[in-house]
Order: sequence, then C-alpha cells, then structure tokens
Amino acid sequence: MARLGFTPRRFYGIGASGFALLLGLATPAAAQGTLNVLTWCDHEDPTLLQPFETANDVKVNFKDIGSTADALAILGQSKPGDWDAIVMDETDTGRLEGMGLLAPLNKADYPFATIPSQLQDPSLTSVNGSLYSVPEKFGYNTLAYNKANVDPAAMQDINAPWQPQYKSRVAVYDYYVPEIQYAALALGLNPETISDADLPKIKAKLEALKANAAMVGDVTSTQQALTTGAVDILVGGGEWVTAGIAKDQPNLDFTIPKQGGIRWQQGLAVFANSNRKPMAVKFIQYILSPEGQARLATSACYWGMPASTAAALTPDQKEILRWKDQPDYLKASYTYLKMTPEMDKKLQALWAQVMQGK
Amino acid sequence: MNRSAWGGVGFTLPALLWILLFFIGPVLLMVAASLHPLTAAGVPSPQWGLGAYRAFFSQPAYVQALIDSVVTTIVVTVLSTVISYPFAWSIACVVPARWQRLALIMAILPFWTSYVVRSYAWLLAISPVGLVNKALLALHLIHRPLMLAYNPHATELGFVHFFLMLNTLTIYASLKQINPRYELAARDLGASSWRAFFGITLPLSMPGVATGAFLTIVLTIGDYVTPQILGGFRQLLLPQLIMMQIQRQLDLASASAMSLILTAIVALAYLGLQRWLRLSRL
Repeated sequence: MARLGFTPRRFYGIGASGFALLLGLATPAAAQGTLNVLTWCDHEDPTLLQPFETANDVKVNFKDIGSTADALAILGQSKPGDWDAIVMDETDTGRLEGMGLLAPLNKADYPFATIPSQLQDPSLTSVNGSLYSVPEKFGYNTLAYNKANVDPAAMQDINAPWQPQYKSRVAVYDYYVPEIQYAALALGLNPETISDADLPKIKAKLEALKANAAMVGDVTSTQQALTTGAVDILVGGGEWVTAGIAKDQPNLDFTIPKQGGIRWQQGLAVFANSNRKPMAVKFIQYILSPEGQARLATSACYWGMPASTAAALTPDQKEILRWKDQPDYLKASYTYLKMTPEMDKKLQALWAQVMQGK
Repeated sequence: MNRSAWGGVGFTLPALLWILLFFIGPVLLMVAASLHPLTAAGVPSPQWGLGAYRAFFSQPAYVQALIDSVVTTIVVTVLSTVISYPFAWSIACVVPARWQRLALIMAILPFWTSYVVRSYAWLLAISPVGLVNKALLALHLIHRPLMLAYNPHATELGFVHFFLMLNTLTIYASLKQINPRYELAARDLGASSWRAFFGITLPLSMPGVATGAFLTIVLTIGDYVTPQILGGFRQLLLPQLIMMQIQRQLDLASASAMSLILTAIVALAYLGLQRWLRLSRL
C-alpha cells in the first residue's frame, strides 16, 4: 500500500471528502434562486416545472415522496426552513397543521371560484377556519376494467368484483384505506364514518373479495396485471390507472358504480418555516393556473382530474378523463377517511388479518 | 506499538468506524425508537416502554406474518442449498478446468440484472397470461390458466432462482479449496465414492454451504420486493408489514420493533451456523 503512496492520511482524506460529498447531497439546495418542494412523482415532469422556473428565474428542487409519512421522515432529518412547499393527501392537512408545520394561506390568492365545492371541503383544506391546503388534483379509487372482457354495464354495480363469474379475474389495489372504504360502501355503509362496530362486517366482505381475486398488489403490480390481461378488473383503480395509457390500451376504462366510489384528493401547502413563502405561493398559483392544471392532470407519472374546471385540457384529454361526468362523479364519491392514528392502526390490523387469511 | 502496528490500526479504523456509524449506531437508534411507542395522537411517546412489542405479539396476524417469514426463509434456504450443491459440485469436480470459468459465468449470468427486473420477468413467465400458461394451453394440457403467480410458491420460486446463483458461488469456492488427494486417499483405503463424498468432500465444503445459507437467510427474511411483486399478498411477510407501519403513520416504534425481531432471528441463524462459518475457507 505504502508503495502506491496509499497512506492512512491519504486514505482518511479521501474518506472525509466522500463523507462531505454525501452530506452535501443529503440536504436541499439553499441558494436564493431555488424552491424546495416535497412532491409526488406527477410534479416532476420538466414540461410542468420548466415554464414556472423560466418565468420566475427559480430552480424547483424537488424531493420525491410516496406519502405524508415519507415527508415527515425527511423533515425530521432537515433543518427548519429547508423545505418550502409540499404535495400531500389532503386528509393529512389537519395532522400537519397540528404539528405546527403549515403556514396559513390567503384564499383570495387562489382560483377557488373554479374549484368544485366538494373539493373545497373545509375538513380537507382548513383548520379552525384558516386555509392551509389548496386542492390541485383528484381522482377515484373505484373500478378500472377491461371492457373487452367484462360488460361495462355490470361494472355499474359496486358488488361486481365479488361475483363468481369474475373469480380469479380481479386484482385489488393494496392501499388499505380506500379498499376498506370501498367494502364499506358495498355493504351500504357510509365510508366516511366507519366505526369500530362496522369492522367485523367489513373484514368478512374483504375476505370474500380476496377469495374471488387473483391478487392484491401495489400500483405497479396491479396496473401490470390489468394491462397484460392477467386480470380484467382492478378494485381501487380509476383514471390514474387507465387514462395515461388510454391511447395504447383503449379497452381499459374506469367507472364509478351507481352506489358511489372513493375519492382521493391531493393539495399543495406551504411550510410554516419556509424562507421563500412568496415564491411557494407563486408555485401554487402556477400549478392552479389553466396551463399548470392541464400539465399536472396529464403527467407522465399518472393522470388525474385537475381541481380547477379552467384547466386547459384538449377535447381528447377531457374525453379520456370523463370530464363531463365529473359533476355526477363528485356527488357520488366519498373522501378518504379522516381518522385518528388509533383508528388507522385498527384498519391496518384489519387489513393484515384479511391478507393473512387463507 | 511500533510504526507498522499503528499503520495497521490506521487502516482498520475506517472499517471499525463504518461499523459503528452504519451498523451499531443505527441498531441502537432502532432500539431506542422501538421503546417510544406511538401515542393516540400519533406522535412518539416521551416515556420508555415495551408497547410496540406488546402490540406486535398481541396481534395474531402480525405474529403469523413473522411465522410465514421464517417458514419462507427456511424453505428458500433448504431448496437453494439442495439444488445448488450438485450444480456447484459438477462445475468444480466434473467440468474440465478450462470450461469452469465459462460455466461459472453462465451460472451467475442472471445476477447481472436487477432483482426487481428478474421478479417482473418471472411474472411475465408464470402469470395467468404468461409464457408457461400459454404453452400449456397451446398444448391442450390445461383448459384454463393455472394460478402459478401471486402466491407464496411464486415468491419462493423468485427467491430460489436468485439464491441458487449465490449458493453455487460460495459452494464452488469451498469445493475448490479441498485438496483432491484427500478423496483419493479415502478411495485407496477402500471407501466407496459415496462414502468418500459424505466422509470427506461434504464436511470440508460445509463453510461454503453455511456461508451461502446464511446469506440466503439474511437476504430472504428482510426482502420486501420479491413477495410484493410475486406473492400477490396471499401471505403477508414481515417486511411488508414493516412498510405498512412506515408508509402511513411513520410509526417508527412498531417498524423498529419488527425490524429488531427480524435482526434477532438473523442473529439466531448466525449462532446456529457459526460452527461452519469460516470465511477464510472461501
């Protein structure tokens, strides 16, 4: 080693440099011309970000998160002020505000007149009358299906996936919250007010669904199963599964059954300790602009309904997203459960019991 | 200590620091996190307690996930070892020396692709519309697709395929360390080829078998991706349960408790195999 000039001192020098490099990579850029955003994958398209970056001479430094819990883990390892804005499931607005993480927003700064009233639900966007999150995109966890193999009319019944003729032709998306709510809706319960007393019935209903299903899986696995023809129905699916691949897979479609469906809704919020709040507000305004909404709705990662009815979508894109059906779909859909951590634990345990059932 | 001894310490110190920083430190942090269970408000309790462990062992579905993880790991380890041993032996003892390198490359070729890609490749082969079902249907051997994917056996298949290569390498390396004269001497003394194998070759190759088995246990019991892609949730394994704790509520206490239970099982496996684990023999 010494012959090669590789001494302990040099060894430590290289190690220290590498460690410093790692530390540098682990924290977001803090330059004046940056905006640090915790985003879902649909906000990471250059076609979405570039117009905002060019217009405001700012670089959007994004960090991909899969859930609010991911964001909390990142925030726990960051300095106050490192992050400026966040994309989140709007059922988490109250939770994050309760932790003192969010800044109040001025409703007049955003085009709320173009956002349907159901999406403005204060229980999703506000706490004690103050606005903390702006709805930006939504969609459904209902039924996605291959209309070449199943009758679209039959999919209007929420109980279709339980029918024996679809045995082993059904996939179930593995996010337990909307699936438990879907089963509750199929039982005739209100999926927004599930109580402990409802859980045994819901468990039995989900066990029957699992017995009829070929698989339960994550986004990628279930979408792959539907697109390859391994299954014909995806419970928990929606436009986020079918719309982005509509041109290549025209037989894939989605619907909201006559009994209703479950609606997901994501929003944008600004962190309370952000040092770049005006730029973060501008970012939300851009995302809520007609162009921003159209680009976000048709993101390469997944499509979804834009929150603003002013979104500049093409007629083809509107057709794929079932634009004209939205007023009815919104009326027939229920939001994700807004629940305590204790109830969440109970639902997790219920889901684990269903998955472990033979 | 003389200068060369200090030099030795100098070169060893980074490895020790690495283990301290990236193994012992995180394990201690996990122990601490597991002792602050989540409160009803969804934040870690300031009090120390065993609530996360109690919650785990009081939930039958969670304990079942642990049992299923252990059973899957045992099945995968046994199958991988039993299949890879004759394969490694034939490369080391039957294939001519000049072809051994090529045979090994062929054996480990699938290692060159990501195991995520390999798992999806298996899905394309064994799914209801996969190559295997298509071939069986075309040959009129079946009338409806077999459910080969999305079950625990599919998970085991994916794992065994992956660990066959690993075990082949470790067993081959061990077999090549054995002086062939030992077996010749046994044969000269009247032992049959079977007796020579079971009396000489197999015991001397145990370090390779044990190392492969241990690596298989470590990598199988903590794997999340393969059961997620191939298993179809017919059986929930502990790593999947750990992800559930993290993804929704960031329940580090429960996730840490479950991870430490897995770590304890790996430690038990190490103790069980310690007798044969001699990396210097590889």
